[in-house]
Amino acid sequence: MMNFKTRKIASKVCRGLYLAAILLFLYLPILTLMVLSFNDGKTMTKWMGFSFRWYEEMLGNKVIMDALINTLTIAFWAAAIATVIGLLACIGMNSMKEKSRLMIMGLNNIPLLNADIVTGISIMLMFVVCGISLNYGTVLFSHITFCIPYVILSVMPKFKQLQNSTYEAALDLGASPAYAFFKVVLPDIMPGVLSGFLLSFTMSVDDFVITHFTRGAGINTLSTLIYSQVKVGIRPTLYALSTVIFLLVLIILVIVNILSSRKNR
Amino acid sequence: MNRNIKRIFSGPFLAFILCGTIIPMVVIAFYGLTDRSGAFTVDNIFAIVTGDHPQALGLSLLLAFISTIICLIIAFPLGLILKDSNLGKKGFMIFVFILPMWMNFLLRTMAWQVLLERNGVINLILKSLELPLLDIINTPTAVVLGMVYDYLPFMVLPIYNAMIKIDNSLIEAAYDLGASKATVLKRIIVPLSVPGIVSGITMVFVPSLTTFAISTMLGGGKVNLIGNIIEQEFTVSSNWNLGAGLSLVMMVFIVISMIMIEKFDREGEGNML
Amino acid sequence: MPLIEFCDISKSFDGELVLDEFNLKIKENEFITLLGPSGCGKTTTLRILGGFETPDTGKVLFKGEDITNLAPNKRPLNTVFQKYALFPNMNIAENIAFGLKISGKSKEYINDKIKYALKLVNLSGFEKRSVDSLSGGQQQRIAIARAIVNEPKILLLDEPLGALDLKLRQEMQYELIRLKKELGITFLYVTHDQEEALTMSDKVVVMNQGYIQQMGTPEEIYNEPENAFVADFIGDSNIIDAVMIEDRVVKICGHIFSCIDEGFGRNKPVDVVIRPEDIIIGKPGEGTIDGTVTSNVFIGVHYEMCIEAGGFEWLVQNTTSYPVGTRVSMKVAPENIQIMHKPQSEDEEAMALDE
Repeated sequence: MMNFKTRKIASKVCRGLYLAAILLFLYLPILTLMVLSFNDGKTMTKWMGFSFRWYEEMLGNKVIMDALINTLTIAFWAAAIATVIGLLACIGMNSMKEKSRLMIMGLNNIPLLNADIVTGISIMLMFVVCGISLNYGTVLFSHITFCIPYVILSVMPKFKQLQNSTYEAALDLGASPAYAFFKVVLPDIMPGVLSGFLLSFTMSVDDFVITHFTRGAGINTLSTLIYSQVKVGIRPTLYALSTVIFLLVLIILVIVNILSSRKNR
Repeated sequence: MNRNIKRIFSGPFLAFILCGTIIPMVVIAFYGLTDRSGAFTVDNIFAIVTGDHPQALGLSLLLAFISTIICLIIAFPLGLILKDSNLGKKGFMIFVFILPMWMNFLLRTMAWQVLLERNGVINLILKSLELPLLDIINTPTAVVLGMVYDYLPFMVLPIYNAMIKIDNSLIEAAYDLGASKATVLKRIIVPLSVPGIVSGITMVFVPSLTTFAISTMLGGGKVNLIGNIIEQEFTVSSNWNLGAGLSLVMMVFIVISMIMIEKFDREGEGNML
Repeated sequence: MPLIEFCDISKSFDGELVLDEFNLKIKENEFITLLGPSGCGKTTTLRILGGFETPDTGKVLFKGEDITNLAPNKRPLNTVFQKYALFPNMNIAENIAFGLKISGKSKEYINDKIKYALKLVNLSGFEKRSVDSLSGGQQQRIAIARAIVNEPKILLLDEPLGALDLKLRQEMQYELIRLKKELGITFLYVTHDQEEALTMSDKVVVMNQGYIQQMGTPEEIYNEPENAFVADFIGDSNIIDAVMIEDRVVKICGHIFSCIDEGFGRNKPVDVVIRPEDIIIGKPGEGTIDGTVTSNVFIGVHYEMCIEAGGFEWLVQNTTSYPVGTRVSMKVAPENIQIMHKPQSEDEEAMALDE
């Protein structure tokens, strides 16, 4: 009896330690950056006192702010356009034959499975061949390209769960196809559309490799900016940026989590 | 009539598949199979066996393999613990473990640079404790560490999702039929997690194999992966044909490893008896 | 000595008491059914015996031996799960062989057993089939086969027919009775379906709110319910407020009926149970009480009618139809009137009756 209980406790402790070790591994680097971002000194070797100096410098830095704005606008437009195109594509594919639908879904998977570096290089080469100079628009185009598959993968399953009968019932009750779609079908697949949009947005913000190849000389997103600055030497303004990004992500995700768990209730 | 109209809705999407996927693939294949003057050649493909290319490819495969295995070893027990833990809400626990995924991966990699550098945080602490210093920055070890750190959430999430789908009554049924913990793991949990394991492996292996950012930041130019070589052909040496040719070779390796994983998966299921 | 003995088992989940000092003895070779609404503690009882839950207090004895803390894989019993729980990564033969392989049986033995078990559940030749290719009823049979090849001393069945349609359910009921006879082992069956319980069991244990309400043969449970809960839960019944005038005389809805119960005292309020099929309909004035038919539904074997009489709506089943509005009389044979004590309090309503 005693043995039974002590063994249970021992296994619980082991599990706890394992989880704690992984959490340390995951969060210690981020916490380190956060602490260093408040260091008044320029080096990380010495603690020169607490200050918001690097935060001020970050906010005053036009390069960083421009990159931030680029990142957010590209992410927003890429996600929005990809969501519309993906949603339309799902509607269209649903009235296709099984065979052509499967083929298109296979093509849809290519950007997902392909290495980012190959996707980035191949799109860049295409622009070069066509004589299009690389700029904001080419980055946006490539982001839309790799975002569409995520939208389709989020929306398509919702379409499959959808009962065709609700749409038909709406038509039977005298609704026009468009009215039936917006009033009956769209609310049902809305969670998929939303998650497709959010997924696209985060993928776009997080992307470095494809942007790296398809951006023009003057365009920077946060990712490419960080990469070029890190190669030169790390600056504490980036610690401040990391801290801000991490906290923003944390706040947004906590809110999303709370909202969705409330909805489930 | 109605169906035809609906099919037109797929038009923009098909246009994007054509312009964003198919044409670029054709273009990269064209570049890879021609020289600067536009004449057909296979030199860019076979360049993989010349110079330091084979070494870079070999190192890439090795490091990607090691980091994938390490991620698997960390993520599988984690999935098991999270599956039957009753620590608060399950959704919240998994959220905590994949949260870093949403932070820009370059910033995450930078964090390890800060930790590992010769005058970095870890060595500062070791110095103050008068312990021997850690000298792994700019080595393959540091690059593997960075890969594991950056891609671990991609392994955890699919494995956890596969495990959470396993009905508890299956596990209870196995115990009921006399199975030990080890048997339940081997014959029930592992086989039923295989889809998650496979997608986790692909999601870690492919980016590890093709990365150049992690090796640049944590390898300090001393760890040359196939990704670095290709990237340099486009940004520094501007031999685009060679870069495209090596990309094609890399794609072949990606396809081969996917087929191998798939095969392993099938055989794995066939061997269950 | 009983095969299984539950001694003073209590169990609560999140502070909610599911079983309260539960006691039950199960004899060898018995088909015993735990019957009750959801949340009555029947499944928890089964899971405690299976080893999937540990009771907060109390002991489980197997042939007198304490098995309360024994791991489920060490217990000499097997379970048929509610959702079958067949391993989807194995074919049918592998599923059935699972337990036998663990106990280290020889290959020939295992093969023979698989054949025997499949024949027993009428699915010969299904060895190589995959789990998904089977219908619900077939999966159910395989789940049973997988459990019984291990020759358990007792087979636990957790609402095994719940997911099947009506016709299949009835078929499987007879199948289970046959299996029980052929195997000669104890079945502990859990269900909320009273018809299933009455058809198959040697002994029925009616449970509610963690207490045993009544325990007995199906006939006893049906004909002599000990309280209003059992009467209401088992079959259709009229449960009517009444007054026991003296021994063998009861006043229902203001009319005097004779019955066969004694010892309730004089002028005591009681509950009376009358089954709808026991009410005899006649012309007005011929019976004990007169009333008017208020509804009439044909449900196959007979007509189900409501008769308003003496301020109570009586549920009556009869093979003759009386149209709505007809004046009729009703009478009941004395032995078909079941008298019950009125519960003194809420607590007593759910009182353990096994003392």
